Amino acid sequence: MKFSEQWLREWVNPANDTQALVHQITMAGLEVDGFEPVAGRFTGVVVGEITDLEPHPDADKLRVCQVAGGGEPVQVVCGAPNVRVGMKVPFATVGAVLPGDFRIKKAKLRGQASNGMLCSEAELGLSDSHDGLMALPDDAPVGADVAEYLKLNDVTIDVDLTPNRADCLSIRGIAREVGVLNQMLAEGPECEPVEAAHSEVVDVAVKAPEACPRYLGRVLRNVDLTAETPLWMQEKLRRSGIRSIDAAVDVTNYVMLELGQPMHAFDRDEMKGGIVVRMAAAGEKLVLLDGQEVTLTPDTLVIADHEKPIAIAGVMGGEHSGVSPRTRDLILEAAYFEPVMLAGKARHYGLHTDASHRFERGVDPELPRAAMERATALLMAIVGGEPGEIVEVASDEDLPIEALIDLREQQVSDVLGVTIDRTTAEEILGRLGMHIDKLLRNGWRVRVPSFRPDITIEVDLIEEIGRIYGYNNLPVTQAIGALELRPQPEGQRPLSAIQNYFVACGYQEAITYSFVDPRVQALVDPENEGIALANPISSDLSVMRTTLWSGLLKTLGYNQNRQQSRVRLFETGLRFVRFGDEIEQKPMLAGVVAGPHLPENWANGRRDADFFDVKGELESLFSLLGITVEFVAGQHPALHPGQTVKLVQDGLTVGWFGALHPQVQKKLDLNGTIFLFELFLNPILSGYVPNFKEFSKYPEVRRDLAIIIKTDVAFADVERIVKQNGGGQLTALRAFDVYEGKNLGEGNKSLALSLFWQHPERTLNDDEVHALFNNVIEALQKELGATLRS
Amino acid sequence: MENLEQLVQDGLAAVEQADSLQQLDQVRVDYLGKKGLLTQQLKSLGQLSAEERPAAGQKINDAKARVQQAITTRKDQLETAAIDQKLAAEAIDVTIPGRGQDLGGLHPVTRTLQRIEHFFAGAGYTVEQGPEIEDDYHNFEALNIPGHHPARAMHDTFYFDPGTLLRTHTSPVQIRTMEASKPPFRMICPGRVYRCDSDMTHTPMFHQVEGLLVEKDVSFADLKSTVEEFLRVFFERDLAVRFRPSYFPFTEPSAEVDIEWGREDDGSIKWLEVMGCGMVHPKVFKHCGVDAEEYRGFAFGLGVERLAMLRYGVTDLRMFFDNDLRFLRQFR
Repeated sequence: MKFSEQWLREWVNPANDTQALVHQITMAGLEVDGFEPVAGRFTGVVVGEITDLEPHPDADKLRVCQVAGGGEPVQVVCGAPNVRVGMKVPFATVGAVLPGDFRIKKAKLRGQASNGMLCSEAELGLSDSHDGLMALPDDAPVGADVAEYLKLNDVTIDVDLTPNRADCLSIRGIAREVGVLNQMLAEGPECEPVEAAHSEVVDVAVKAPEACPRYLGRVLRNVDLTAETPLWMQEKLRRSGIRSIDAAVDVTNYVMLELGQPMHAFDRDEMKGGIVVRMAAAGEKLVLLDGQEVTLTPDTLVIADHEKPIAIAGVMGGEHSGVSPRTRDLILEAAYFEPVMLAGKARHYGLHTDASHRFERGVDPELPRAAMERATALLMAIVGGEPGEIVEVASDEDLPIEALIDLREQQVSDVLGVTIDRTTAEEILGRLGMHIDKLLRNGWRVRVPSFRPDITIEVDLIEEIGRIYGYNNLPVTQAIGALELRPQPEGQRPLSAIQNYFVACGYQEAITYSFVDPRVQALVDPENEGIALANPISSDLSVMRTTLWSGLLKTLGYNQNRQQSRVRLFETGLRFVRFGDEIEQKPMLAGVVAGPHLPENWANGRRDADFFDVKGELESLFSLLGITVEFVAGQHPALHPGQTVKLVQDGLTVGWFGALHPQVQKKLDLNGTIFLFELFLNPILSGYVPNFKEFSKYPEVRRDLAIIIKTDVAFADVERIVKQNGGGQLTALRAFDVYEGKNLGEGNKSLALSLFWQHPERTLNDDEVHALFNNVIEALQKELGATLRS
Repeated sequence: MENLEQLVQDGLAAVEQADSLQQLDQVRVDYLGKKGLLTQQLKSLGQLSAEERPAAGQKINDAKARVQQAITTRKDQLETAAIDQKLAAEAIDVTIPGRGQDLGGLHPVTRTLQRIEHFFAGAGYTVEQGPEIEDDYHNFEALNIPGHHPARAMHDTFYFDPGTLLRTHTSPVQIRTMEASKPPFRMICPGRVYRCDSDMTHTPMFHQVEGLLVEKDVSFADLKSTVEEFLRVFFERDLAVRFRPSYFPFTEPSAEVDIEWGREDDGSIKWLEVMGCGMVHPKVFKHCGVDAEEYRGFAFGLGVERLAMLRYGVTDLRMFFDNDLRFLRQFR
C-alpha cells in the first residue's frame, strides 16, 4: 500500500523524520519497500494566471499569453491546447529551475519573446501526464509558490503489508500503528452523522447474510457530478497511487484510503427497484466497470437490483449502474463482506481490486457506518445533494464474534524467552487497543478490537507483545536439550560419495529443471508420458521429467552451442512417472558424456570417449559402493541398439547405459558420440559392511590362452563357460586382448584370456591345473565353437 | 726385474687412457689377470734365490697394488661419469602438465547445501527428504494455509489438478516427518521447490532449506541464537543480524531475518533479507498430532540460491540453471 507521509502526519505526527519513521514501521513488521518524493525538485514556480491570449503570428499551434504571477504580467509563448484566459497554472518564471536541472531563461519562440514557461504535471515531476497544462483551482492565490501551495514537501511511502495486517490498509490503520510505536494518540477527522434531508430510503434485502453480515445503503439526491474533485483530495489520492476519476469515485476511494472501508456508488436511476444482496444464479451475466462481460458462478456474492446483478460484491461494480456526469441520484454502499466467502472470487474473474484486496483480508465489521457518514459529508461538500437516512441490514449471528482470549503471563515469557513483567505486558496490550476484560489468576482475559481480526489465539497476543517489545530486544540464548547420537548405517553410502566420485572422474554436476520439454521427453523416453502441469511457465517447461536425460541433453546442447566440445555432466534428483493413480517419485543418478575422453593435452591425445571408458567409470563406481551390478546387453528406445546395456542388480533392472541413438541425436541437433547412463539411486546406495575372510597363503597359478570365436559371441558367455568348467579353485578370469583382423577370417575375433587358480589350503600341482585348463578349452570349443589360436 | 717400474708406468698410463669400463677391464686383464704382464713377473721369482725371493715378491706385489689402486680410482671416475651421463640423458621438462583426467566440480547449489547440512548435522539435526509432487493438504492445509487464505497468493503454485501440486516450500517434509514420528525433533529439509514465477530475480524452480526444532522448552530467544550462529558460520563473518516481525501462516511469532551487507550512502548499515523464521503455530502441531501445550518448536527457512549468490558473488539467479560449463567450473 502506498500513502502520503503528510496525510499520515495529519493523524499522528511523531518527532522522527521520514527515514526514522520508515525504519520504525519496518521494524514493527510493516515492511517499507521504499519511499519517493511526490514531485520533482524545482524552484521559482508560482501560481500564474493567464490574463490575455492571442494566436502566434507565425505558428499555428502556439499562443502568446500574458501571465500574471511573477510581478508585472509578462508575455509567455505556450503550445498547450488547453490554455485559456482566466486559467490558473504553475508558472515557471525566468530563473526557475525545473526537475532535471532545467533552467528557465528568456527566449524567443518563432520571433515572439517568451519570459518563462507554463507547466504540465509531467514537467513538475508530479505525474507522467503531458496532457496540456496543469490546471490549478480557480481560488489558487496568484503569485504563491506552487511547491508550498501544493504542499509538495511530501513523500509517498510504499509499505508491503503481510496478509494478516488488513488493519493497516488505511491511513487510520497505519496512524494507529505509528501511535502505538511512539506512544501517541492517532486522531483523524470526526465522522459526524449527517442529518437526513428527505425520507427516501433504499430498499435493502440481504438474502445471503452469512456472506454479507452487514449492509448499509443511503440515497443522495440531486447531486451534480460535473463538479470537480478539490485539488487537495486529488493530490492525496495521487500520492497514494490512485488516479482521480470523478467526485463520486474519488470520495469512495478517499474514504477507503483514509478509513479502510471500500465503498461503492450506484446511479439510482439505472436501478430497477431496491438492492438485493444474494448469491449469483448460474449463468447470470454482468458487464463490469472495466468493460468486460463475466458469466457469474453461483458461489459469487452479488449486489443486484430487482432484475439483475449490478456488482460483484466487494470486487467491482457493473458498468450499467455506475455513476456518470449525468447521474442525479446516488446510492452509496458500505458493507461488511465475510472474508472467506469472498476469498479467491476476484481472482476467479481475473480481477484484483483495492476493494477485493481489503475484503479478502478482513475489513473492520464495525466500520461501515462511520465510513458512510464520512463519505456522505465529503461528497456533499463537492457535489451537493440531499442525503436520506442510512438503511442498515445486519445479521448479528453472522457478524464476527468479538474475540476474548486468555493470555497466560508465564506463556509470554516461555515463548519469547524473556520475562516480561506484568505492567509492561499490560501497557503494550493497552497501546494496541486490546482491552483487558478481566484479570485472571495467571494472566488476563483480553478483548480484541474489531479492527484486528487476525488476533484469534493466545500466541497471536504473545507475538504482538514481542513485536512491540522489539524482537531485537529479546535475548539470544542457546537451545538446550540433550543431543543423542544418531544412527549412521555404515552400509548406506551417502549421496556425497557418488557426487565426489564423479567429480574426481572429471564430471561437472548440473542441476536442471524438473519440468522439461515434452518433445525432448518423447524422444528419450517414449514409453512414459510426462505428467503435465496445468499451468506451466512455458511450453518447453510443461511436463515433469520421467528421466534426467531430458534435462542433461538440453544442457549438453546448450554447452555445445557455446564452443564446449568436451562435456561430462551428472545430475541427481527425482524423476516422476505415473503408474495408474500413483505418482512414483524416485531419486535418480544420471550422466552424459560427449567429446574427448581426456582434456586436450600434449600426452592425452584427442581420442573421443568410448563405450568402455564410461563403462569403466561405472564399474569403479559400483566397486566404490560395494555392490555388484551386471551389464546385460539390452534395447532402449533412446540408445544405440548395438551399444546398450541394462544394469541389473540382484535380478532387478536398476538402470540403463549406452550410446545415444543416432536418430535421437539428430533430432536433438547434438554433436559427436554421446554416452548416457541413468540409475535408481536408492538400490545402489545400499552398500555393505566389510567382513574379513582368510586369504590363501599358497601360490597362485596362471594360465593364458587365446581363442578365435565368432564376433557375435559375448565375452559374458565365455566368462560363464570358463567359470562353469574351471573348477572350484578358479579365482579370476581376465581378458587381456581382443582382436579382429582379416587374418582371422570374416566374422571372427580373437580373445586372449588369463585364468588364475589358487587353493586355500595347499599348493596346486601342475597336473590338476592342466586338467582344469583342458576342461575349459574343451568346453569353449564344444559350446562356443572356439578354436585355439596357435 | 729392471723393467718392473717400466711396466707399472705403462700400466698406469693405460689406466689413465681407458675411457670406458670395458677398456679399463681390459687393462686389468692385461696387467693383473692370470696371464697379465705384472702377474707374469711373479713367475720369474723361481729364478731367484730363497733369500732374494721375499723382497722381489714384495716389489711385484707393490707394483700390482699400485696399478690395482689406479684401476679402482679410474673405475669410480668412469662409473660416476656414466651415471652423470645417464642422468643428463634422462632429464625431462617437469613443467609440462601431467596426463590424464581433470577434475569436475559440484554445482554451487550442492556445494552450499552440503555446507548447510554439515553445520546442522553437527548440531544434531537430521536431514529429511520428501516428495516434490505434493498434495494440497501437506503443502498448504497442514501448514495453516487453508484454501481461502490470502497467503496462497504469496505462493504462485504449479498445479497438476486442484489437489495436486509442486511443493512451494520444503515445509511439507516437516509435516510428513512429524506425522510419522514423535517429538522431540531436530531436522532440516533441503530440496527443490517450485513457484510459478520467472523473471530477472525469479526462477520457476529453486532450493530451500527449512529447519525445525521441537522440544519441551524452546523459545524465540533460542531461535534467534540458532539463526544468528548459522549466518555467522555460513558467511564466516561476525555480521550484524536483525529480526523483523513478519507473517507466515505456519509460525507465530514470525520474523524475517536481515543481515548486514555493506553500508548505505549515508553510512548506515545496509540490510539484506535472507531468511524467514518463527515459532511453530499451534495449528500446525495439531495437524501433526503434537501436543502444543507440552512441546514448542521453532522453524526457519532459507533460499539456497540467495545465500549462494551472496556467498560467491553471483549476480544473476538464472545462471544456476543454465548449467553453462564456464559458470559451473568456477565452483570446483
